[in-house]
Amino acid sequence: MRQEDVSQWVKDAQSAFNAASDLDSLKAARLAHSGDKAPISLASRTLGSLSPDEKASFGKIIGDGKAAIAEALAQATEKLEAERDKKVLLEEVVDITLPVNRRHRGGLHPISIIKNEVSDFFIEQGYAVAEGPELESGWLNFDALNIPADHPARTMQDTFFVEPVESGMVLRTHTSPVQIRTMLTQTPPIYVICPGRTFRADELDATHSPVFHQVEGLVVDKGITMAHLKGTLDNFARHMFGPDVTTRLRPSFFPFTEPSAEVDIFFNNRWIEWGGCGMVNPKVLQSCGIDTDVYSGFAFGMGLERTLMVRHGITDMHDIVEGDLRFTRQFGVGL
Amino acid sequence: MRAPLSWIKEFVDIPAKVSADEISDGLIRVGFEVEEIIYQGADLTGPLKFAKVLSIEELTEHKKPIRYVGIDCGEKETRYVICGATNFAVGDMIVAALPGAVLPGDFAISARETYGKTSNGMICSARELGISDEHSGIMVFSEADAKIGADAIEGLQINDVIFDVAVNPDRGYALSIRGIAREVAGSLGLKFTDPVDALRSLKCSETGKGVSAKIEDKSSASVFYLRTMSSFDPKATTPLWMRRRIEKMGMRSISLVVDVTNYVMLELGQPLHAFDKSKIKGGLTVKRAGKAQKFVTLDGQERTLDPDDLMVCDDDQPLALAGTMGGLSSEITQATTEIALEAVRFDPVCIAKNSRRHRLSSEASRRLERSVDPSLAEFASARFVQLLTSHSSAVHVATVVAGEPLYPPVVKIDPTYISRILGFEVSNADVARILRLIGCDVDEKNWTVDPPSWRPDLVGVSDFAEEVARMIGYDKIPSILPPRPLHASLTPTQKRRRAVATMLASRGLAEVQTFPFTNQETIDAMGFVGERASTYAIANPMSEEFPLMRVHLVPGLIEVAQRNISRGAKDFAIFEMGSIFRSAQKLVSAISPDLSKRPGQKVIEEIFASVPPQAYHVAGLLVGKVENENWQGKARSYTWHDAIEYAQDILALCNLEWSIKRSDFAPWHPGRCAELIVDGKAVAHAGELHPRIIAKYGLPERSVAFAVGLSALPDSSLVRPTRVGTMPAALQDVALIVDEKVTAAQVQAALTEGAGDLLESISLFDRYDKIGDGKISLAFTLVFRAPDRTLTGDEVSAMREAATAVAAKKCGAVVRTA
Repeated sequence: MRQEDVSQWVKDAQSAFNAASDLDSLKAARLAHSGDKAPISLASRTLGSLSPDEKASFGKIIGDGKAAIAEALAQATEKLEAERDKKVLLEEVVDITLPVNRRHRGGLHPISIIKNEVSDFFIEQGYAVAEGPELESGWLNFDALNIPADHPARTMQDTFFVEPVESGMVLRTHTSPVQIRTMLTQTPPIYVICPGRTFRADELDATHSPVFHQVEGLVVDKGITMAHLKGTLDNFARHMFGPDVTTRLRPSFFPFTEPSAEVDIFFNNRWIEWGGCGMVNPKVLQSCGIDTDVYSGFAFGMGLERTLMVRHGITDMHDIVEGDLRFTRQFGVGL
Repeated sequence: MRAPLSWIKEFVDIPAKVSADEISDGLIRVGFEVEEIIYQGADLTGPLKFAKVLSIEELTEHKKPIRYVGIDCGEKETRYVICGATNFAVGDMIVAALPGAVLPGDFAISARETYGKTSNGMICSARELGISDEHSGIMVFSEADAKIGADAIEGLQINDVIFDVAVNPDRGYALSIRGIAREVAGSLGLKFTDPVDALRSLKCSETGKGVSAKIEDKSSASVFYLRTMSSFDPKATTPLWMRRRIEKMGMRSISLVVDVTNYVMLELGQPLHAFDKSKIKGGLTVKRAGKAQKFVTLDGQERTLDPDDLMVCDDDQPLALAGTMGGLSSEITQATTEIALEAVRFDPVCIAKNSRRHRLSSEASRRLERSVDPSLAEFASARFVQLLTSHSSAVHVATVVAGEPLYPPVVKIDPTYISRILGFEVSNADVARILRLIGCDVDEKNWTVDPPSWRPDLVGVSDFAEEVARMIGYDKIPSILPPRPLHASLTPTQKRRRAVATMLASRGLAEVQTFPFTNQETIDAMGFVGERASTYAIANPMSEEFPLMRVHLVPGLIEVAQRNISRGAKDFAIFEMGSIFRSAQKLVSAISPDLSKRPGQKVIEEIFASVPPQAYHVAGLLVGKVENENWQGKARSYTWHDAIEYAQDILALCNLEWSIKRSDFAPWHPGRCAELIVDGKAVAHAGELHPRIIAKYGLPERSVAFAVGLSALPDSSLVRPTRVGTMPAALQDVALIVDEKVTAAQVQAALTEGAGDLLESISLFDRYDKIGDGKISLAFTLVFRAPDRTLTGDEVSAMREAATAVAAKKCGAVVRTA
């Protein structure tokens, strides 16, 4: 056994591996040149009969030879596998543009989406989300909000009454009774928003619906001013309509606020009436047992349909109330 | 409320350089929304002339009456025009547009051939001139009003700017030119002259005995001025300027007496009513109708009076529905020569009730229910006397007064509160200046404020704060965020609702929101009975079609499904979340505690309890195929188990455990409806809809639905997870033959009970119903695992046998051998 023999075996193996045209012929070459019956394998079995010195020198020669063969095999394998992958996987090509719209696409109603969005915005600022019943006591919907019977303000809102009328039960005309419920059951500081469904006897048309949604906000704390109201509305408007929106307060009248204002937004190059607001009328705070020498508050309210229509350029209320899937699915889950 | 600029200018010195837009902005700034600015005459150019009708030739050969009219426009020759109107005669004054004129709508007038004649202009109606909607004929005037050949644009005061102003209910005073003018002056810093000042010194001399006046119910009216006038010549006509102003306000000229009452109301805000004095028996009294009786109002309508209606009556009978509308029997006619003019400061609530009971909202009631300046009963009635005597032969006979005006009380305020509530510094001097500007008397030493007679709304310091803020301008309010409270989050209930909606939406269901109204037919068609069918009726529904509150969500989903199907949709799934309104609770009479302070805790609780519970549900409707059919192939249809799976998914999402049983429950198929039970309470139903309902509403066969009572679900309890076992699992399959009436749930429960604590999971992997003899085969995989060791074959076999033994005992199950 000589160094030359080992070099020859390595060369033979390398050329055989290189000559292999596919993985099958490489397997045959591997068996021939590095399998149990390969010359180098047979030679390595004879090492045991050599003297310690010879064992050391020939052992190294054979070891190096085996490593060279293994290296050549690895290279050839990698090359042939790459060639095979390229060929075979190309044959497996599919048209991945085929439509795979197998599953129904769902989505949240856009009013739910905007309600969630408004809720999240205010929760981040420490407001709780308060809710109340849709069929509501007239005392909570009107009287406690400083809207006495026979006051013209009551006719501002075309109310649905429920039989028997003596019960005074109404479909709430705004979510404001939730504010009263909150003030009757909690003590200041109060920071809540009240989103929910409301009712007014308006015919359904492009801009009105007898069933619609509002979100109202109520803050009662020490030292609350109209400047806090303005700051909150500015922040809210920017969140809903983008950083460039500006707001304007206009004097107005609501029985439950004094001073009262309408809030307009300047959006898409025009002033749009967005909602109503004001400082909570001390009469309202007093009927809820809140000490007006210590606390003051503000409240505001917007229509969610209106907010949605303005922001998304929706021109007809029918799309929002009819439940046509082609409309709703466009909104996904609002993310 | 309309307000012509020409009229406002009578009371405010407005420099010519101030534009209509600036006035409009000024009104908006102080809280008066300007809904429209009407530039009257802007689209009209002359020549427009007053002319006298000289001759009329009726051209009869046409389908409609056509006149060939000779008119004198102050020109050398008679001008001839064709006219289709017939409401004028020779000698009348009319308005003619001459060739070269352009009328509103870009309507150019030229000489033209028509009806075989040459028409050299056009005789105009008010609508053609764009000054009113009146189109029943052409405008006709007397020679006293109009000079032949005079410019009619000037004569009719067409060129004017009219502001249409929205007036909030707390500002009744602004339903008058006096009120609007005061706001314009205040907002723009201009000088205001109160028209009432000139009336304070007006003397009406007594020439005889007047009709007596009385207020029977002192709470219904504070002061009653009754002015008697005589020697009125009913031929007297309304001067053109007055007629034009009334028309600009959107009202019609009727007769001189009525026009003057309306004119004074528009100018000052006090509604007046003129009676034909000859029809009054005795004196006039403000009192309640007292009994139900018939009464005919001016509009010719016979109404049945409510005993509580406030009336103005003579000694025999009611003559007017107070503050709302006069009666036909005592109205001013063309024979009236003696007049009794009533000016009363009525109680707003009384008038609001009158108006509401009779569904009759008039110019008078609209003002009176918003409060009228109590000083005006005197001054407005004096203004009537002034105007009527100067435009007719009428003379003042006598004035009788009952009661006295009741003025808003003096208020003590803390001026520093105003800065505190507005959030910016306003000096005490500015507070005083602004309150004086709006008409208050201010004592700066004691800070007592005497509000003007027309502002009964100024009662508390907040009311004064609003006045100060609006006069300074809301745009001066700084923008500051309030101090933030520490923390908030959605409540567990809110989180759960949102998670359920998002889960359904992301699994292919589209959320819909329907109106929560229904009708008896729908309730019956669904098969709801008993308390599931009882609901609340709306006293004044939008339509008789949907007069009830919904008792279930599925009917609304069916309606939406029908709509989508009619628009071409075939396979889809929808859901809705919302309240339902079953009337398990009888409504009690309204509880209305006093508002001056917080009601007692017991009363608050009674009010809350008086509102019936309104269960919150989620329901879904699944129609057609489970998947969209496309090149990938056919899809299976939704079936009963899809609906049950969604219902279970909702309970699982809420981390609840449930049991299931078959239920005969509307609106589902009695054999294909599952009831899910949590803590012994049925909380959800799901399955195939009843075939009768599917047929009635034209849904695809075997459509399925689920409904879960979210508000009936218990709270999720804190999860206490079992340790995850890492030792090997042992799988055992068992096939059992049972009677087909035995449910899978029963068998599974029995196996679970028998298998013992080391059973990790159990699942049904096969159901075979072709055995015959009323038997079926159910095959389960049981997975056993011990926490601390590998189970031996003997142990596992023993547990399997224990399981099947219980199934045999409880369900009659026989182990199926291969």
